[in-house]
Amino acid sequence: MIAGLLSFGVRLFTGATAAWSGCQPSTRQRLYFANHTSNLDAVVIWASLPSEIRERTRPVAARDYWTAGPVRRYLAHRVFHAVLIERKKPTVRDNPLEQMVDALGTTDSLILFPEGTRNSGPEPGTFKGGLFHLARRRPDVELVPVYLENMNRILPKGEMLAVPILGRVRFGVPVVLEPEETREDFLIRCRAAVIALHGESEAS
Amino acid sequence: MITDLQLRWMAGGVLALLTVSSAIGWLLVRLRGENATLRNLNARVRAWWVMVAVFGGAVWSGETATLLLFTLISFLALREFVTLTPTRRGDHRSLFWVFFVITPLNYWILGTGWYGFWIIFIPVYAFLFIPLRSVLAGDCERFLERTAKVQWGLMICVYCVSHAPALLQLDIRGYAGQNAKLLFWFVLVVQMSDVLQYVWGKTLGRHPVVPTVSPNKTVEGLVGGLLSATALGALLWRVTPFGPLEAAGMALAVTALGFAGGLVMSAIKRDRGVKDYGSLIEGHGGVMDRIDSLCYSAPIFFHLVRYYHTD
Repeated sequence: MIAGLLSFGVRLFTGATAAWSGCQPSTRQRLYFANHTSNLDAVVIWASLPSEIRERTRPVAARDYWTAGPVRRYLAHRVFHAVLIERKKPTVRDNPLEQMVDALGTTDSLILFPEGTRNSGPEPGTFKGGLFHLARRRPDVELVPVYLENMNRILPKGEMLAVPILGRVRFGVPVVLEPEETREDFLIRCRAAVIALHGESEAS
Repeated sequence: MITDLQLRWMAGGVLALLTVSSAIGWLLVRLRGENATLRNLNARVRAWWVMVAVFGGAVWSGETATLLLFTLISFLALREFVTLTPTRRGDHRSLFWVFFVITPLNYWILGTGWYGFWIIFIPVYAFLFIPLRSVLAGDCERFLERTAKVQWGLMICVYCVSHAPALLQLDIRGYAGQNAKLLFWFVLVVQMSDVLQYVWGKTLGRHPVVPTVSPNKTVEGLVGGLLSATALGALLWRVTPFGPLEAAGMALAVTALGFAGGLVMSAIKRDRGVKDYGSLIEGHGGVMDRIDSLCYSAPIFFHLVRYYHTD
């Protein structure tokens, strides 16, 4: 109920329409990876998914941010079912990779921002290795690149108040890890897949 | 609530026209099979049902509802406009003011009936305020260009559009309590002109007026649309404070201005490399695509009526 209202509200405010240009919505297990410019990003991707997919798609988010205050805690645990990871000092017990593999289980999908932090530049920063390790551990999970458009204009880093500019969530062609591909090559290719979707938005 | 008989007749006429249009659309699909043009035509007609219901409902409910509807229209149009405008991080706070303070305030001031303040609020106060708020963010890159674009969006989407509901505020000689009819007449003539230009253009259109801006706006569509919409406006002269000839003149003025508005807004779209401002109204594009003609015709029509028919 709250999830439904919230996702409707987010879609209304950000005007974020989903453009499935490289794949179709599906309940199969996926890892959506996207450029990260705004605190709205995870919520917007989550909200743009059809409800039966949304229910089993969990954003991977920073524990320090989402456990600060009762509202964020409630939203993270009860509404988004977020996978909260330790980004400052990961320990053996708090290994983000294990947490993400556990969270995928046999039915769920994840939303991941491989840059690890919000970037205010025009293009996404370098991708961290987690995406590669996840791809190796779970070759059955589809890796879907996502480009988020205008989120940094709706709610830029460091601002409290959002402006109702229209956004867009573009889903691309899934990336497959090649058998002999190195970590660096794979991450560069994933990043390029996200950037290519940006070019597609400019052209259309 | 408005219980004017003539307004009911006009609303009835519009509903009859919509029914006929829906029937023709259905028949064409039955006879010729579905194609892209017919699909778009039928989507447009369906969207017209919704738009007529919303606009008619608001006018019928009275001045407050009409003002609220136009506030929403301005807000949605401005949103589409600003999305197409490459603003920078330094404009964020100004944009927040523009959307959530200046836009509602413009309509609120209008609603209070304080004409002298409303008419200068955006062109003077907001005009000076926006660059000030942006400069505080300290980003000089393309400063004039960014500021000008936000000001322009505010003028077109909010200030100009708000002149349509402002018709309700005028003390027109010998026309007390009937202003809602004039607003209805104005919107009907302008929008019908768009529709008729589309119909004439689709059937007879050969020569684009400005091919580099919009190949769909043809001389044949323009002339046919303007003349038929002017005839419609003149035929409905009894609902207006004008005589038959003056009604024709007013209708010609607002339809010609409506064309100008469509042309100017098309140039902006073309420059930004998009076909439509948005996708909110199926078959039509965005809100801005539907009201581009109102942006140009509303302020001039308002001032013509104010100059010739109020004391």
